Amino acid sequence: MTALTTRLPARFLPVLATVVLFVLTFGAGSIRYDGFASGQVIANLFIDNAFLIVLAAGMTFVILSGGIDLSVGSVVALSTMVTAAGLRAGWPVPLVIIAVLLIGSTLGLVMGVVIHKFDIQPFIVTLAGMFLARGLCFLISVESVSIKDTTFRDVATAVIELPGGVTITYNVVIALVVVLVALYVLHRTRFGRTVYAVGGNEQSALLMGLPTARTKVGVYVISGFCSALGGLLFSLYMLSGYGLHAVGMELDAIAAVVIGGTLLAGGLGYVLGSLAGVLVLGTIQTLISFQGTLSSWWTKIVIGALLLVFIAVQRGMIRGRRRQGAIAS
Amino acid sequence: MKNRLLWPILALIALLLLNLVVTPSFFALRIQDGHLYGGLVDVLKNGAPTLLIAIGMTLVIATRGIDLSVGAVAAIAAAVTCVHIGTSPDVGTALAGMAIALVLCAVLGLWNGFLVAGLGIQPIIATLVLMTAGRGIAMLVTEGQIITVNNDAYRQVGAGFVVLPVSILISLAVLGLVALTTRKTALGMLIEAVGVNPEASRLAGVRSRTIIWTVYVFAAVCAGIAGLMISSNVSAADANSNGLWIEMDAILAVVIGGTSLAGGRYSLTGTLLGSLIIQTLTTTVYTIGVAAEVTLVFKAVVVITVCLIQSPKARAALSFRKVAVS
Amino acid sequence: MTESPPPVVEMRGISLAFPGVKALQDVDFRLFPGEVHALMGENGAGKSTLIKTLTGVHTPDSGSVLLAGESVAFSSPGQAQQAGISTVYQEVNLCANLTVAENILLGREPRKFGGIDFPAMRKRAAEVLARIGVHIDPASVLETHPIAVQQLVAIARAIAVDCRVLVLDEPTSSLDAGEVAELFRIMRVLRDEGVAILFVSHFLDQIYEISDRMTVLRNGTLVGEHLTSELERRELISKMIGRELGTLEAIEDASERHSVSGPVLVRAEGLGRRGAIAPFDLDIRAGEVVGLAGLLGSGRTELARLLFGADRADSGKLIVDGTPLHLRGPRSAIAAGIAFCSEDRKGEGLVADLSIRDNLVLAMQAARGWSRPVSRKVKDSLVEKYLAALDIRPANPDALVRTLSGGNQQKVLLARWLVTEPRLLILDEPTRGIDIGAKAQIQQLVTTLAAEGTAVLFISAELEEVVRIADRIVVLRDRHKIAELDGGSTIDQVVELIAGEPVPEEVAS
Repeated sequence: MTALTTRLPARFLPVLATVVLFVLTFGAGSIRYDGFASGQVIANLFIDNAFLIVLAAGMTFVILSGGIDLSVGSVVALSTMVTAAGLRAGWPVPLVIIAVLLIGSTLGLVMGVVIHKFDIQPFIVTLAGMFLARGLCFLISVESVSIKDTTFRDVATAVIELPGGVTITYNVVIALVVVLVALYVLHRTRFGRTVYAVGGNEQSALLMGLPTARTKVGVYVISGFCSALGGLLFSLYMLSGYGLHAVGMELDAIAAVVIGGTLLAGGLGYVLGSLAGVLVLGTIQTLISFQGTLSSWWTKIVIGALLLVFIAVQRGMIRGRRRQGAIAS
Repeated sequence: MKNRLLWPILALIALLLLNLVVTPSFFALRIQDGHLYGGLVDVLKNGAPTLLIAIGMTLVIATRGIDLSVGAVAAIAAAVTCVHIGTSPDVGTALAGMAIALVLCAVLGLWNGFLVAGLGIQPIIATLVLMTAGRGIAMLVTEGQIITVNNDAYRQVGAGFVVLPVSILISLAVLGLVALTTRKTALGMLIEAVGVNPEASRLAGVRSRTIIWTVYVFAAVCAGIAGLMISSNVSAADANSNGLWIEMDAILAVVIGGTSLAGGRYSLTGTLLGSLIIQTLTTTVYTIGVAAEVTLVFKAVVVITVCLIQSPKARAALSFRKVAVS
Repeated sequence: MTESPPPVVEMRGISLAFPGVKALQDVDFRLFPGEVHALMGENGAGKSTLIKTLTGVHTPDSGSVLLAGESVAFSSPGQAQQAGISTVYQEVNLCANLTVAENILLGREPRKFGGIDFPAMRKRAAEVLARIGVHIDPASVLETHPIAVQQLVAIARAIAVDCRVLVLDEPTSSLDAGEVAELFRIMRVLRDEGVAILFVSHFLDQIYEISDRMTVLRNGTLVGEHLTSELERRELISKMIGRELGTLEAIEDASERHSVSGPVLVRAEGLGRRGAIAPFDLDIRAGEVVGLAGLLGSGRTELARLLFGADRADSGKLIVDGTPLHLRGPRSAIAAGIAFCSEDRKGEGLVADLSIRDNLVLAMQAARGWSRPVSRKVKDSLVEKYLAALDIRPANPDALVRTLSGGNQQKVLLARWLVTEPRLLILDEPTRGIDIGAKAQIQQLVTTLAAEGTAVLFISAELEEVVRIADRIVVLRDRHKIAELDGGSTIDQVVELIAGEPVPEEVAS
């Protein structure tokens, strides 16, 4: 049991680092700016990034399994477009929701099957998926389509009041539920553990008799589903559908997952880390907007720098572990 | 090798024939003021930046790498040059601006190479850093504005003609130079050796790091030149849109050309074909009158088709032959 | 061994062809409960293919597989496992990033409310580990344990289900003597419980120690099935390689030991690296074959890597031709005339997707740099020379190295270094995993090279080979150099040194 207590922190270290980073950036903002350290600013972090949290949760599955999904941003755009177009055509809201989720999951399924069955790199397949989804948006409409459906608008503007006068939207609740479900699936189910196994060593997982095929395809279905759900949340947030929505959002999702401490090679990482990663990204944006004189491009530069730091730390950890292993064997 | 290129060639021919059917004048060439015009010339001209970046990308991919930052690097090159030129119409200022930009690109390539070869970070993530931050840097240089210039010397790079458009000549010259260098020296073999097995190459005394470093610098310089072409063609630098997604097009061109993302064997001819396919496709979609944005759908279809055709597993599944699983 | 119980596995008339290769032709195979059955054969004899056919990785073109009398056709290792056939492979095929308990039970874990019941899982894992006498924390992460323990965890996984057949495919190749003894103890326990064990190993000693029965394959065909007690070693070898016994003797006699008293070519003074090998002194003379003996993990490979600059030394110095040499990496070693054939041919030696020609000239080309290519003419003459000299097959310089057999790959790797005309050639396990014919050729080559003045550092796990070939033997134990013996020493002398009192723990770490 001593082994357990001394080793667990090492595995959680990247996540802890992210959480510490979040606390530090947020703390810095609180000291520097009045009104930063309010409950509502925190709540806004969640409100403004709910869709990204959902995307990052899905992306965590894919990256843990050793893959990557470049299509998520485009699937978000496609989802907003289908939602807007569907509502404009007078579809009932539940039908729209089902259609969007089905389209996203199916896209994920197709990409997963192509990746697995035909042994084509995930990078290329999901890149094609990215092009396809965005192209389909424009096939529906080249212009932005606004959402006028009253039910939808009601949900979008509805707020839940928390103690202390802080308000959140339903988006936040959905995003947090997604995180909880992801947490359960990854850590408490065979599927989830197989995701880790496949990411750790796919060949071994196969020889261990684990359902690698189902798992590898499954993560893309999950990511597709999360992208579609994220797209619905984004529709609620923007109240429009547009082919140029969420351009480059896949990079934000990947950045959040990496900053959240998940190893890009797969097999090591946590959903909560990804959540923390999204919050860090969100805080930086908030900080820069509070600052006022800093231009928005600084966000990109800072995110790039953060990525760099976390990658370098991960690299150091892997090296350290290898050295340990070499001596042990 | 020939077999590997068969499908890309067929795909290109099919696309060209489709164009011939839709636009009978597609293959027609005419000379006007000593400049060559025509459908094919347009394809080449519009595809020149992608081809240039794809050439650099081919070598990077051959070493098991990938460079996602080329689009951002192109934007930086354009931004730096245009900011340097400002309102000046001088040839010297233009040349100096371009020189500064390309040197800067080489430095950015060194940075990527440092992350990949020096620190041993996965290329996809190492270059993601610059892909994200690079556009921010480009915007920092232009202060978020679109910088327009009015400089004839600069305009030559992207819009000039020496019988053929200058951009085509530059890209083809670089292609020829690379083909010659890799084939006539041992560079090609060493790049492949590093791509197939980096550790074995190191133990055989190959300067793996130097080679990896070299290809990233080369890719960044190619990206820089491509960025100059793009911005010179419209005499403006837009940090937001210059070279946006061009890394994806370049990677697609390389993959369609039969070079595996897993590294190792590569084909420059394949990359040329891949670039032509992508550009012809874009042109085709435009000429048959579909919204330009929908090109993406066709791109996706072509990519997947070509990849499926090249995948041994898919071929085996199609011919219902048994595969030896080892 | 009575034949009273019916066989638990019976394979009849198995044939399987891959493109261009007939891997198995009409092979019969029986496996009885409660026996350890060794599957013998050279590389390429079809051992792995037969095993993979049994475990559902391959489907045979013809023939039938009977499990407990019933015909079965598995299409995946998972199905075979469910039917009670578990496999442990040479490389530990587990997921190092998961816990020990997950590695043992994932795929058949105890569940509660639809999720995994972790406490029950750890308890069950601890029980399975206890059954084979391994006491580690099931909640610990697998990669924190040494390879040998990981191997035992793999066996625990194999027997965690109702396991009727246990396939052990070269499980001992990365274990030291003590660990092998532990493995054999566990195998005996399982055998006595009635498990049928199929065992593959390249070490004849192990085969004779543990197996009850053996099946010999050659070139994809069945040579015969024998009780171990009834088949002598020499007979077995002759069945495996299909040559007359006289040939083998001739090979053995070919090398003659002699003591070399030429000038010192390479001298190590207090050379060492923390955690790899304690500081050591070593002289290697031109024309001398120095053997390196020791168990796996004794620092053999680590010592060689220091001499070649593959790893950096953190103490001592290396002197070549009387002048100190600061090794910054393999390149400076190569420049000084040192060559190193890694034990890991695939990972650290060959470039599998390049041709024989490219692999042959790689080191030479690397030394010249990319801008001064070796001319086609020089390449061709080198390739021609070494293809013939080392009997590399196929003799097609454009063949990709990936497609060659292990022995031929090893020869290509050797040839790559011979091209550079090294003064010191370091061979790390050059004969491991290759067939006996190629083995003899390589041993012969070492002797010839030494006679021509090349110094050779020869590392091998097979003491017999080291003793036979070396002019001087350096013995390593626990990452220390403990002795040097003359070429005339016997295996017993070396074994005695290796088996001596272990050195104190703190020095080793």
